[in-house]
Amino acid sequence: MTGVRVLVGTKKGAFVLTADGKRRDWKVAGPHFTGWEVYHLKGSPADPKRIYASQTSSWFGQIIQRSHDGGKTWETPGSSPEDLRDAKTGWPKGESNKFVYDTSARGRPLTTHQFYDGTQKPWEFKRVWHLEPSQENPDVAYAGVEDAAIFKTTDGGKSWSELPGLRGHESGPRWQPGAGGMCLHTILLDRNDPKRIFTAISAAGAFRSDDGGASWKPINRGLKSQFIPEPTAEVGHCVHRIAMHPSRPNVLFMQKHWDVMRSDDAGDTWYEISDNLPTDFGFPIDVHAHEPDTIFVVPIKSDSEHFPPEGKLRVYRSRTGGNDWEPLTKGLPQRDCYVNVLRDAMCVDSLDPCGIYFGTTGGQVYGSADGGDTWAPIVRDLPGVLSVEVQALA
Amino acid sequence: MIRVVLPQHLKTLARVDGEVTLVVDAPVTQRSILDALEARYPMLRGTVRDHATQRRRPLVRFFACEEDVTHDSPDEPLPQAIATGAEPFLIIGAIAGG
Repeated sequence: MTGVRVLVGTKKGAFVLTADGKRRDWKVAGPHFTGWEVYHLKGSPADPKRIYASQTSSWFGQIIQRSHDGGKTWETPGSSPEDLRDAKTGWPKGESNKFVYDTSARGRPLTTHQFYDGTQKPWEFKRVWHLEPSQENPDVAYAGVEDAAIFKTTDGGKSWSELPGLRGHESGPRWQPGAGGMCLHTILLDRNDPKRIFTAISAAGAFRSDDGGASWKPINRGLKSQFIPEPTAEVGHCVHRIAMHPSRPNVLFMQKHWDVMRSDDAGDTWYEISDNLPTDFGFPIDVHAHEPDTIFVVPIKSDSEHFPPEGKLRVYRSRTGGNDWEPLTKGLPQRDCYVNVLRDAMCVDSLDPCGIYFGTTGGQVYGSADGGDTWAPIVRDLPGVLSVEVQALA
Repeated sequence: MIRVVLPQHLKTLARVDGEVTLVVDAPVTQRSILDALEARYPMLRGTVRDHATQRRRPLVRFFACEEDVTHDSPDEPLPQAIATGAEPFLIIGAIAGG
């Protein structure tokens, strides 16, 4: 590996940070899509120069952007001259930002979900929170959206179709939005089983498909959420993030609204691993690239105080697959720090030693090139960071 | 030719500078202008009107001849000065948010 490329989505644009394998000296490129919220960018494992980005705005809606050159230049898929005319009809297509819920047989009976006030509200597309390119094919990617649903493209983002079996699950009418909206924010693909997909929704919970997204089951047994009427309900849990190590896809780690959890059976059952964390509230969770039992979280004081306890920004690491957490503080601010780290804003690279990165709502992106032992800011003054992803470059 | 002024973010998205000019058959209405705009610049589909409902996005407004026509019927003919190109049709991003 010769270097890394860190993809940063912020409230006012996207940035691309690059460094060689030492990960000490960084170049910052951007902003791209200036003035727009960029919820997520992610590169294709099958073609690292192919990157997808979710660009969104309260004014002008959703845009999907795609790069073929590692983030130097971008296009809205399907808008090149040869793409703009459909061979059959002669009409322009331009549907790369068309996320329309499937109201055919699977979707129709469930076109409402529960709203904050307990009433039923129609599903209404708002934005793409997360993009997950396929492991094998750069033209295939999944999109997790608000209001919660999963979409798939098989033509490089030119068009998107809902996998309606998820929203069509019988529990759909009982899903309700969390404080950030009813978003599908996590998509995990199992490298060993292309038909297995995990998703997580705030505030519905985690779901698994074993048939490529046609049908889904809630996987929330063992979760306890004291803030809902039935704390152990099948759905209704505010899951903030789930993570897995690719070598061990049946072991999942979860940062829930409160509680850090683990499953050893692909989500069928969960148990708590919060142990000695200063608070078990938080958003991101991730797994070391080479040590499947080493996991990272960033504890946040509470759901009403979205900043680190005591004003000390600390990543916590467990080397035992949960529990027995140690604070990682070297190079991170240990006083007067009141930023948050959002759910898609932490990632690990596959270099050795493993690199870890996270971004804050205060616009800092921190990196560690030694598995979390020491940290340094890569850049300090970006707009609030919404997402951070990294690619190791050959 | 119809003249259309886009907000800066949509100019960037459509990769245009200045005004956009469109050929629009009579009667010239909000709907016929937006149909022509989206046909010429497909990347703008969904940005002014919602893909599913075709309704105007809440924070987008339309002005014609110094009048706010946002809440007029999308099929109501626009002033002759818009139809002749003497005045531009303005698509505005509402001043809101941060």
